[in-house]
Amino acid sequence: MSEILVLAEHRAGKLRDISLELVAKASELATQLNAKVTALILGWNNIDSFAKSLSENVDEVLVVKDKYFDNFNSELCQSILTKLILERKPILTLIGHTSVGIELAPNLAIQASLPLVTDCIELKFEDSKLKAVRQLYGGKISASVAVEGERFIATVRSGVTKFEPLSKAGKITVLKLDGKEIDYKKFISYIEPVITGVDITKSDVIVAVGRGIKDKENLQLVEKLASCLGGALAGSRPVIDKQWLGSDRQVGSSGKTVKPKLYFAIGISGAFQHVMGMKDSETIVAINKDPNAPIFDIAHYGIVGDLFKVVPVLTQKINELKSAV
Amino acid sequence: MEIIVCAKQVPDTTEAELKISEDKKSVKIANLPLDINEWDNYALEEAILIKEKFSGFVRVITIGSSNADTMLRMCLAKGADEAVRIDTVEQLDGYLTSLLLAQAIKEQNYKFDLILTGVQSSDYAQAQVGGMLAELLNVPHATIVTKIELEGKSAKVERELEGGTKELLIINLPAVFTVQSGINEPRYASMLGIKRASAKEIKLLRLGELKPKVVIENLFIPPKLKKAEILTGGLDEATAKLSSIIKEKGLLR
Ligand SMILES: Cc1cc2nc3c(=O)[nH]c(=O)nc-3n(C[C@H](O)[C@H](O)[C@H](O)COP(=O)(O)OP(=O)(O)OC[C@H]3O[C@@H](n4cnc5c(N)ncnc54)[C@H](O)[C@@H]3O)c2cc1C
Repeated sequence: MSEILVLAEHRAGKLRDISLELVAKASELATQLNAKVTALILGWNNIDSFAKSLSENVDEVLVVKDKYFDNFNSELCQSILTKLILERKPILTLIGHTSVGIELAPNLAIQASLPLVTDCIELKFEDSKLKAVRQLYGGKISASVAVEGERFIATVRSGVTKFEPLSKAGKITVLKLDGKEIDYKKFISYIEPVITGVDITKSDVIVAVGRGIKDKENLQLVEKLASCLGGALAGSRPVIDKQWLGSDRQVGSSGKTVKPKLYFAIGISGAFQHVMGMKDSETIVAINKDPNAPIFDIAHYGIVGDLFKVVPVLTQKINELKSAV
Repeated sequence: MEIIVCAKQVPDTTEAELKISEDKKSVKIANLPLDINEWDNYALEEAILIKEKFSGFVRVITIGSSNADTMLRMCLAKGADEAVRIDTVEQLDGYLTSLLLAQAIKEQNYKFDLILTGVQSSDYAQAQVGGMLAELLNVPHATIVTKIELEGKSAKVERELEGGTKELLIINLPAVFTVQSGINEPRYASMLGIKRASAKEIKLLRLGELKPKVVIENLFIPPKLKKAEILTGGLDEATAKLSSIIKEKGLLR
């Protein structure tokens, strides 16, 4: 029977959502292929409970319990995965397109001599090929791609697969680790973000600004809008990278996840890493001069126009309405 | 310090309406401005900063058509010492890109303490090349790197995880790092630099035929799932509509 192997991730004592999303994707593909789903989990603290929750949703859980895996270690993980891939020959190895997957999958693909397709938003088998859908040019174009080979590795974007619990009773197999400690790459510690100001996750209204603002001086435009709405100012990554706003104001996968009542995306294109941090906001308003900007796909309301013209008029209109109340 | 920077020229598509070619396999980019991939620009800057601090040699390698020479000259103008182009017009997957780069580095016997490249390219966003290249060259690597501190034969690097958390690693050199945005503030080329660069030779390499593993079958404009209600009627009307929507939702305080 063929097999789909899933790499489960955990961080800070919790199984990460992507692990169950991958299990869901694997289960769907396994039905199509009549394959079994196996999850691999490497860890130390809480690993038994991770293994148990996984086992309720897969046919087998492979567990490597070692202190060395309390934090992610890409080199050792790569050597274990390569060994498993060579021995068990899974038709597909699924990894999250996360900081773990980005660090691990390309090297693994070369070492295991398997083709790799990354950041998939859809996956299926067709005519005995692996077919995927990926996004190009910041989400403006989609591509259907076919992967050449007999066995494959794919990384899947977080948040695109829905997990539905299954009630399986997968077997749990503990693997012995015979790898030796590596000395050329060592994890030292985690670095947590510095809190410098307002906690944007607590704000009902967020006015977020992107690269379209062009210059630090122009920030005062959006500041005025934010203050008349009593909202917090936030930004997409380029604005934070330029240090125009503190790093605790970044919204997105490598920033904060926010869920305000009202989210303004001003001069923000809507790259998925940004969208992941704000897509569940109650009302999303986008102001962008590009009518094809992907942000309009997730916004509820949009104004197509130059933010330098739109924002001042909007601020004035809102102020008028407020004084009329 | 011998540093290799792998850089790609990409079209700037932020404000462009993209059209797909008739065979549905490529995007029409002929009229778009071309520039260095944003993430590679950070990698180049980091290489030049390291060279300025420790002295050394920065070699930039790209794969592409003669169009990419403009980008290479810009890299030279900013402070790179040598530019190499692997000549091709083909659209490559991450595997082929890294294979060509590794072949070039090996065949030309380019020495390196560090190879820097962007986390990903803004066009195909595969985030594969740095990791694959490291494996092909059999050296350690780190991806999504936001800080590099060299200490003798090793480097202390910060790499980004999700949610604002980073991890600190120590890695032996030579190594490959893929660089994340925000690590530095890329410089502009000086007039003098541009003038000097225009006279420099760009080294051309031709490498054998290769077959990609990931093949584009067709491109399409993504389906609109929940298209925003676009407020129309000119600036005055659109902003008036939006403010009354905000008021109706009880969000005016
Ligand atoms: C591992 C990784 C993690 C990342 N994490 C994050 C993250 O947490 N958060 C994040 O935001 N990004 C993140 N990114 C970056 C992300 O991929 C995008 O590069 C980024 O979100 C783009 O920001 P932007 O939309 O502000 O800029 P751009 O994509 O450059 O878009 C600017 C927009 O402004 C519009 N515009 C320009 N001028 C005007 C004007 N005058 N009026 C109106 N509109 C105008 C343009 O049409 C365009 O749509 C990450 C990337 C990677 C690889």
